[in-house]
Amino acid sequence: MSTLEIKDLQVQVQTDDGPKEILKGVTLTINDGETHAIMGPNGSGKSTLAYSIAGHPRYEITGGTVTLDGDDVLAMSVDERARAGLFLAMQYPVEVPGVSVSNFLRTAKTAIDGEAPKLRTWVKDVNATLERMNLDPTFGQRSVNEGFSGGEKKRHEIAQLDLLDPKVAILDETDSGLDIDALKVVSEGVNRFRERDGKGVLLITHYTRILRYIKPDHVHVFVAGRVAESGGPELAEELEANGYERFLEAAV
Amino acid sequence: MSAAVVSDALEQDHVESHLHPEPTYDLAAHPAPSGREEIWRFTPLKRLRGLLEDTAPGGRLEQKIELPDGVTLSEIPLEEAVALGGTAPFDRLGALAAKNAGTAWLLDIASEADVVDPVRIQLHGTSVEEAVAGRVVVRIGNHARAVVLIEHSGSTTYNAFTSVLVGDGAQLDLVHINDWADDAVHTEQINVRVGRDATLRQFEFTLGGDLVRTSTNVDYAGPGGSAELFGLYFADAGQHFEHRLFVDHNAPKTKSNVVYKGALQGAKAHTVWIGNVLIRKVAEGIETYEENRNLVLTEGCQADSVPNLEIETGEIEGAGHASAVGRFDDNQLFYLRSRGISEAEARKLVVRGFFDDLIRRVTVPEVAAKLSAQVEEELQRHVLAELDEADRGQA
Repeated sequence: MSTLEIKDLQVQVQTDDGPKEILKGVTLTINDGETHAIMGPNGSGKSTLAYSIAGHPRYEITGGTVTLDGDDVLAMSVDERARAGLFLAMQYPVEVPGVSVSNFLRTAKTAIDGEAPKLRTWVKDVNATLERMNLDPTFGQRSVNEGFSGGEKKRHEIAQLDLLDPKVAILDETDSGLDIDALKVVSEGVNRFRERDGKGVLLITHYTRILRYIKPDHVHVFVAGRVAESGGPELAEELEANGYERFLEAAV
Repeated sequence: MSAAVVSDALEQDHVESHLHPEPTYDLAAHPAPSGREEIWRFTPLKRLRGLLEDTAPGGRLEQKIELPDGVTLSEIPLEEAVALGGTAPFDRLGALAAKNAGTAWLLDIASEADVVDPVRIQLHGTSVEEAVAGRVVVRIGNHARAVVLIEHSGSTTYNAFTSVLVGDGAQLDLVHINDWADDAVHTEQINVRVGRDATLRQFEFTLGGDLVRTSTNVDYAGPGGSAELFGLYFADAGQHFEHRLFVDHNAPKTKSNVVYKGALQGAKAHTVWIGNVLIRKVAEGIETYEENRNLVLTEGCQADSVPNLEIETGEIEGAGHASAVGRFDDNQLFYLRSRGISEAEARKLVVRGFFDDLIRRVTVPEVAAKLSAQVEEELQRHVLAELDEADRGQA
């Protein structure tokens, strides 16, 4: 079971010109096993939504609630949110020099499960995941995200999704900057996650391209810090044909 | 010699860089500093225990030497050391060591020797009273390959001038470990000449001493040479660790990569990193990058970090630098914590990784392991102890 419920979420950031409101009341419920796509133009607040749910300190919550299976997500620290079952695949994963991928994955898995994984099965699991993500076995010895190509960074994010097995995954423009081969590998990784019982996915994207590989149950158009329109997969088709014009005009 | 070559050579000799004085063995050209000069302004001269005075010191360091086949160590007259070549001293300390050391040590690695085991020179001080002057020449012949470890320990007042001559196509890993006792003063100038298509990888690890000031100056004997200069320092309360680097790209298609990382903890811990790079007109197609990062782990420390780049030709592959002084990178912590890792655990990962990143490049496993253990011990004093406490608090 996993339900992520976002109600009237309002978020601001501090700028040189004082506080700036970015999310102006976002309401969204991701029920058990559902995949929602959030689509919107640049600057509409899509990434802010992702980072606010994950708890990035830059984003200040000024109103609204976020709950995961009824638990107050906003009251949790960043790491508590992850241990509660939230996962954010980042658009720009951060380099951590000198920390190897294998050490990082093991430390994260231990933190999420509350106990160290069994060494033998863990190594097997990691190798199998890396192989499925088309990542070299020596990948585990490299420093986290350091010197990774754009595609490697995104495949590494999805490898973590596979191994850490959260309840709800938020994918922040995971498709951006990927060539068609990498996009397929990443999409297959996400689809394998979705096949598991009761997993929720919030897929944030600028383009409709990835929706050919990951079929959403619901599509939301995000404009100027709120959901402008919600619908089924047909909404993505309309966006593909006509772009965001209609929604941008309505928002002005 | 054609006229063009003569004028090139003359021009090269006459390029004046504001970053460093003219090199010479002539002590009169290196007057006693007031402390306001660019090359002295960071150094607490009073703590040098008279090393800037022109007296012949009588102290010595105990030596323990391991020489694999193909490597010899011999004592030679000072004049002979000068005649072997390499750049003359850039400052008074270097000139004093070259003048007053008595004799020089020549570590010689034969041409085309492939020396598998590391050359180990352990220098141990037993007293700070009588100052020590050192003069060393490390020469590796054409197309040879070797690892040289110079390990410093104990108590001393030591000033050295070291010339490193890397033959054409040679590969030298030169590791300096400055793990002195708390009362040691150590100053050293290391002037490196990198041969055509040769590769130098130098590591400096400064972990102990009251005052350590080293200047590494690199130039090239021909095109295609590469110098990688890595450094790691960990300054505790009251310690002054100063690392000065100067890479003179005086030949085309040469490369340099400088990465120094440091941590500071305790009142009046002070570190200085100066990274100077000069790209001369002749140095077309070169590539250079310098980086210095400092982790300030407690209040009351000071880390000075000064990169300088002088470019006289735009016809290069690349030139860049980065410098940072701070505690922790919030984005790194957020990334790790977003994977469920507690804040204390994330900080531990970041701080250990900060150092492992350099240590793991050392090609001698036992040295890398020893350095890791020493860094771990330093970290346990403040930051890791606090984080362990925080972890227990959370549990």
